Amino acid sequence: MIAEHVAFGIIAAVMVASALRVVTTRDIVHAALYLVIVLAGVAALFLLVGAEFTGITQVLIYIGAVIVLFLFGIMLTRSDFDQDEETDHKRKFPAILTALLLLAVMIGALVDRFDDLKLDANPQTTAQVSDELFSQYIVPFEAVSVLLLAALIGAIVIARREEGG
Amino acid sequence: MLLNEMLLLGAVLFCIGVYGVLARRNGVLVLMAIELILNAVNINLIAFGAFHDNVMGQIFALFVITVAAAEVGIGLAIVLLLYRNRRSIDLDQVDLMKG
Repeated sequence: MIAEHVAFGIIAAVMVASALRVVTTRDIVHAALYLVIVLAGVAALFLLVGAEFTGITQVLIYIGAVIVLFLFGIMLTRSDFDQDEETDHKRKFPAILTALLLLAVMIGALVDRFDDLKLDANPQTTAQVSDELFSQYIVPFEAVSVLLLAALIGAIVIARREEGG
Repeated sequence: MLLNEMLLLGAVLFCIGVYGVLARRNGVLVLMAIELILNAVNINLIAFGAFHDNVMGQIFALFVITVAAAEVGIGLAIVLLLYRNRRSIDLDQVDLMKG
């Protein structure tokens, strides 16, 4: 039990510190690499509470595919790598205020409602997930696969270079 | 482990993501902040799934991951088009529809 708490504490601290760097660093490539740490931390948390399939999917999809996509996006949209481009707004105060107010409201609500509830992490196997996914949730599953196909075709159409004439 | 530990971590990540969306001007960095927000949602889904000993949390998290992947693909395509047309991905300069 203690080991679980310690593991959670370490993962959470690393995740929050990296997430803060993602939204504050001035180097876009560093932001993408800090995002990798946050996503890996999320995957570790999933494994910690016994969600094995989602944890591995998180590593495969996010760290494997989405980050590579981000790095390609950074590569294709930076005109000059030495140029110190402006990445933030000049006045950050309204954004900080909004985030802190939102955080205060959420912490208040969570502490008020879910205080002292124990989370007993029983492993949920991949077989259980697939049984549920391919019986009760088969229609959403097919719908989301069509959505992915549509997004793929849409991305190609949007990003394609127009032929002259 | 307490349920609230996971939920509070999700809340903190969500608010960091909100700050990123509001404070950043670079299109790619805004998309990264949106990823932070979606991951905070996933943490909550998994936490409640484990709390109720139910795989539904995992299934919904998988759907969120899929939609997030589609969103990043479309979003980066739009940013790329923006860069091609304007030589910049500063979102403050994208004010074509401003009244």
